[in-house]
Order: sequence, then structure tokens, then C-alpha cells
Amino acid sequence: MTEPLLSVEDLSIAFPSATGSVRVVDGISFSVDREVVALVGESGSGKSMTGRAIMGLLPRRAEVRAKRLSFDGQELTTLSASGWNRLRGSGLGLILQDPKYSLNPAHKVGRQVEEALLLHTKISASERRERALDMLERVGLPDPQRVYSSYPAALSGGMGQRVMIAAMLINRPKLLIADEPTSALDRGLQDQILTLLRSLSEEFGMGLLLISHDLQQVSRYADRVMVMRRGKIEEQMASADLANARSDYTRALWAARPSAATYGTRLPIYGGEA
Amino acid sequence: MSALSVSDLSVTFQSGGKGFTAVRGVSFDVAPGETFGLIGPSGCGKTTALRAVAGLNTNWQGSITVFDEALQPGQKITGALRSNIQMVFQDPYSSLHPRHRISRILGEPLALRGMRNVEDEVRIALDQVGLPTAAVGRYPHQLSGGQRQRVAIARALLLKPKLLLLDEPTSALDVSVQAEILNLLNDLKTSHGMTFVLVSHDPGVVAHMCDRAVLMQAGHIESELDRAALSQGGWVEQLSVR
Amino acid sequence: MSAIVQAPLGGPSFLRRVLRSPSAAVGGAVVLFTLASALLAPMIAPYDPNLQETANRLMPPSAAHWFGTDGFGRDILSRIIYGARPTLLLVLVVVLLMAPLGILVGILSGFFGGITERVLMRITDIVMSFPRLLLAFAFVAIMGPGLINGALALALTSWPAYARQARVETAALRRSDYLAAAEMVGIRGMRLLWGHVLPLALPSAIIRLALDLSGIILAAAGLGFLGLGVRPPTAEWGSMVSEGTQVIFDQWWVAAVPGFAILITSFAFNLLADGLRDILDPRHD
Repeated sequence: MTEPLLSVEDLSIAFPSATGSVRVVDGISFSVDREVVALVGESGSGKSMTGRAIMGLLPRRAEVRAKRLSFDGQELTTLSASGWNRLRGSGLGLILQDPKYSLNPAHKVGRQVEEALLLHTKISASERRERALDMLERVGLPDPQRVYSSYPAALSGGMGQRVMIAAMLINRPKLLIADEPTSALDRGLQDQILTLLRSLSEEFGMGLLLISHDLQQVSRYADRVMVMRRGKIEEQMASADLANARSDYTRALWAARPSAATYGTRLPIYGGEA
Repeated sequence: MSALSVSDLSVTFQSGGKGFTAVRGVSFDVAPGETFGLIGPSGCGKTTALRAVAGLNTNWQGSITVFDEALQPGQKITGALRSNIQMVFQDPYSSLHPRHRISRILGEPLALRGMRNVEDEVRIALDQVGLPTAAVGRYPHQLSGGQRQRVAIARALLLKPKLLLLDEPTSALDVSVQAEILNLLNDLKTSHGMTFVLVSHDPGVVAHMCDRAVLMQAGHIESELDRAALSQGGWVEQLSVR
Repeated sequence: MSAIVQAPLGGPSFLRRVLRSPSAAVGGAVVLFTLASALLAPMIAPYDPNLQETANRLMPPSAAHWFGTDGFGRDILSRIIYGARPTLLLVLVVVLLMAPLGILVGILSGFFGGITERVLMRITDIVMSFPRLLLAFAFVAIMGPGLINGALALALTSWPAYARQARVETAALRRSDYLAAAEMVGIRGMRLLWGHVLPLALPSAIIRLALDLSGIILAAAGLGFLGLGVRPPTAEWGSMVSEGTQVIFDQWWVAAVPGFAILITSFAFNLLADGLRDILDPRHD
């Protein structure tokens, strides 16, 4: 059996603080191959930190330790700065929550979508433009030409997120990490974007790591689900098996979502925590 | 008598020389004791309508009546009506003053009304929302998101309102914290005998909380939904914008 | 019951936070030191600042006179210590007039908007276009030299920047949920402006103030240098520099020492301003 795309073994992330070292991720292990995996947790669970550790985007004062953190055969813990620069935007891609903060408002969209090509390939300017327009169409934007020559301020939230996806996927990364890619969007749009992410990852044969706080939503799009809590992985399972989750916490998280079915009842609370 | 009666409400914003009509000819009635939903995609005008009822925007036309008392367009709400209509805002981080301790956030409105035993009342208010008395000495940034929202709810209840307006009260919260807050809101509604008007774009929250709702689109009411319609869920697609 | 976040009750104390920022600590220390010297001048100055010993004119620094003596045989060290007084007094007057006036104008414009804002901002613009020092000269020329006249001129032309800043902050707050929530529970008018708007507009004003003060000190010294500040023989850094320029090549210390004092104090306020931002926001931890 070939090695999975991403292998994480015993990863720990700690931050120094006035009261000693604070562990935000505590010895977790998992792997991601060419599949869609959801990493779910609430605020403070450590899920975002995990995503950033894989991208090498943790602040300098973070203490990262892992028995193994390898992507595509490369060990990430010992990667140099130039190594990271080569990897990000080509092998690895990252999509963040709010396109307002990831897209540079001073540059046109087209230029930002092409940027990864500029940095990692040697293709000509006209070919870059071709690929950019093609990508903008693939992510479902109705008028790629117009979007290409607009500034980010002219885009709605949903369009902006699609542009981000285009920019990140243009170089066909092997693994895409999406950290709360839809939390800033309207509910209906959220489904569209997640569907898009899923279908593109299948089409390109990518691995997709979806980080989210919404278990019910993201499980519809993932093959596997990992539930994080307080820095540890509570449980991992195929998303089809979520209804039979073993851990109380996972069950509570699953059941806590309000819906028409819960009308008139009290929503279940896990333990007695705030 | 309805808790809230809105008739032909229109709200127009002026910017430079142009006017933008955010709400156009909106009418609905809310029965006492029910949870009424104002739902729709972002930009449909639901929050604008809610803020007009709250008295935060006095620039409206039409008629708004709360428990048979009419709001006057162009004038700030005062007196008993002001106490009766209260609101819980979306993001507790931006509705609690960052430089005031909880004791002041909850105590000031009471002191303003000449209440004598403010400290006791504040303790009672915190107790109602499940927060310990120790919270009084804290600043908002020293509390978690869920705790802040509880303080916001406690503040909204200080004046014992009969009508509570909720502007996306849980959209900034984690799923499990949201569950607690929704439970808390429903408990308080029963114990205080309040009527809720809820604005939300989350179909799950709407389906869980609302007895009835109106769906808005581009400033006007598209359809009315009773409980049966809400349970069915056909309206969910209409919550998203292209 | 929800457990309370495990943060200490008040967060680190104000003093601790000052100490954590090297700029604020150093700047603050120097400012305090200058303040202390000015206040305790009669007790710590070795000589009477106006005592002339013509036999000992223009003496270089020595054991008897740490900074030497000036053209009239007066001890420079003592004059430096006493010279802090007019400088700091001027700073105080300017601060007490300038910042509150500017902040008030700014908050009122930002909060009420409409015609209030337009009128107040136009006045602000007009005042802002006055050249500060030129106006100071004009004041002094009309009303005669003196510390207060100079201070008045500086204060009356420096408040516009505060007004502008406060207006922008208040206008942004106007749309915020903080004020909306306060209004919902019936907090209005003065109470709202004083208790809710002001605390949020104040931190940036304080930082600006600290920064401005360094400029004010230089402006005051400038006035003194040109003979438009305090009347002789009162010790004042700016006029001391002026006196010293006449003998600058041979007895450099007469001009250099007060010049240095001006530099250090001005720099200290700059450092203080630099470090204050982090300290003043309770959300920054």
C-alpha cells in the first residue's frame, strides 16, 4: 500500500505564555490521502492550528513537535523557508474563511489568480491568462472575463470565495486545506461552495482537508470525519457512520444542531460546559 | 391585541442625493407569546425592519404598534415603550462596551431608572442567564463568546420587556454554545411571558425556534410561513442569494 | 452554571503593562524624572539659577559647576533644572486647553453629524490652516512676550488634529452596536457621550498627545530661542540655547546642554507615545 499524501504522527503544538507553556494541540495522529476529510471541532479545539501547522503558517513562537509530519514524502518539520515557499501554492493550497481578508484589495483579480503560476511555473503570460480564465469558469463564475479584470471589492462574498478557490487550485495542488471556507457566507451559498470544493477535488484527484465547526454540514461532503476536542482527536470515522458515533461528545455535537425536528424540544447539551 | 403590528412599513436610506429603499410596504402581525421569524437572504431588509421596530432607526414610514402603543416615526422611543421593546444583538463582542465591566453594563440601565438595590438586581440578572456572580468584575474580553451573549441577554431583560427582538443571536457562536443559548432563550421566554421576533439566516435555527415567519426578498414580503410550512423546509433555498 | 474563564481578575496591572513595553517604560521614566526635577528644583539645584558670578563666566564643566557656567556666570546645571519649569508649565497649559477642546469638537461633530458636523469641521479646517509659529509670534507681538501668551497661541492652533481624529472615531462608533445597545436601555445624551463614546475615543487622543508634546516642547523652545518666551533672566531651555549660540564655538556647552535637555525630553515623550498604544487597550493582552 502506498504512503498516504499527508501523514501526521503525534503532533503537538504549544505556545509560551505568562503561566507556562500552553498546549493547543496534544499528540494527534491522522492521515489524509486523495479523499475528503473533515476536521471538526469547536473554538479552542486546536483544529485551525493543526491546519496551519501543515502549511507551516504558525507564528514563530509556536513550539511544534511531531514524530512525523510528512506530505508527499517530504518531512515538513525540517523544511527550510525556501522549501516551504516551493511547496505552498504548488503542492499545498490553503483557503481561509473570509475572502475579504485573503484577497488583496489593491490588485485586480486576474493577477491574483495567476500568482501561483507566476511563482511556480515558467509559462508565458498569455498562457497564464488562459489558465486563469479557465479556472474562473470552472469554479462557476458566470462572466470570467469581467471577474478577471475586476478588483476584489466588486465581488460578493460568494464570488470572492470562488476566486480564492480558483487561485488556490490553479496549480493543481495535491492537497487543499480549507479552514472554515464558508462560515462568512449565507447558508445557501455555503452548500454551493462545499459542493464545488468536493467536485473539484474529485476531478483533480486532490486530497481535501475541510476544517469546520459545523459537524452536520461538513459531514455531508466528507468521506471521513475527525472530531477534535481540547487539542486531541476525540474520534475518527467514516462520515456514514456518524450516526453511530461512540463518543458522547460526538453524539452531542451531532445532535446539538437545531432543526425542524427539534422544534419545541430542548437541544441536547454535552456535560455541563459553557 | 397583537404583540407587534407592522403596517405598510417603508425604510429608505439617503446617501448623497440617491435614496435606497431597504424596506418597502411590509406588513405583519405577531401574536403575544409566539416566536416570529423575519427571514430571508442577506440584503433583503429583515434587519432594517427589525431595527425600525427597535427604535434604532427612526426614519421610517407606515405604522408600528407594540401592544397597542404606536411608535412615532422620527422620534426616539421613550418611557414604558422603551422598556417594553428590547434587543439582543448579533455579535456580543461588539455590543458590550469593551471598557465597561459587567457590573456597569448591567448596573447602569438600572441606576438610571433610580432603582435602589442595583447590586442585588444585577446578581439576579446574572443568575437568570446562568452566570456566576463573579462575572461582575470582568471585562467583556475576559469572557467566552457564549458568556458574553448571556450578558447581552441579561441586559436585554433588565427592563422586563414584553417584546424581545433577536438579531441573529447565535450566528457568532459554536454549535454547542448555540444550543445552550437557544435553550436559555426559550426558557426565559416562558418564564417571563415574552414575545420574540427573530431575524436569522440559519434555516436550522429558524425551524427550531419559530412558530411563524415571513420570508423577505429585496425589501418586501415574499411569503408567509406557518408552522406546517416551516417544518416542511421548502423555503430554505430562498434564503440564499445568487 | 458556566465556568468563568481562568483569567486573573484585572489582568496584569497597569504598571506591569508599562514595564512590559520598553519604550513606554523608558519614556515614562524620563518624563517623570524631568517632572520631579522641575517640582523639586529649589531642593536639588546646587545654586540660585539667577545668581551671577561674573568672575566665573563661561567656565567649562568642573566639580563646582557640573555643566559649567554661562555668559553671566550663572550655574548651568541649576538653570537646566529650573528651566524645566517653564517648559513643563507650557506643556501643561497646552494639554489642558488643546486636547479637551479638540476632543469635544470632534465628538460633537461625529455624534450629531449633519449641520453640526459641517459647521464644526469647517471651523476646524480654518484653524488648521493657520501656521502655528507665525500665530504665536503674532500673539506675542500684540500681547507682549510671556509664557502664557506663547502657550495660548500654541494651544489655540493645535486642537484641530484632535478634533479630526475624535470625529472619525466617533462617527465609526455611531454605527456600532455598542451605542445602539446603550440606547436600547435608555442611555442617551451626555451620559452616552461621556461614559460610552469618550472612553473609546480617548486612547488614540492620548497617544497623539504624547506624540504632539514632543513637538510642543520644540515649539516652545523655538519661541524661547527667538526671545518670545519667558522674560530674562528666567531660566528656560530655549532662551538658554539662544544665549549660548553667541559663544558656541569656544564655549559649546552653554548651548549644547540646554539643547540636549530639549532633545531628551522631546524624545522621551515620543517613546512614551510609542509604547502607549499597547497599554491603553484592555483587549490587548
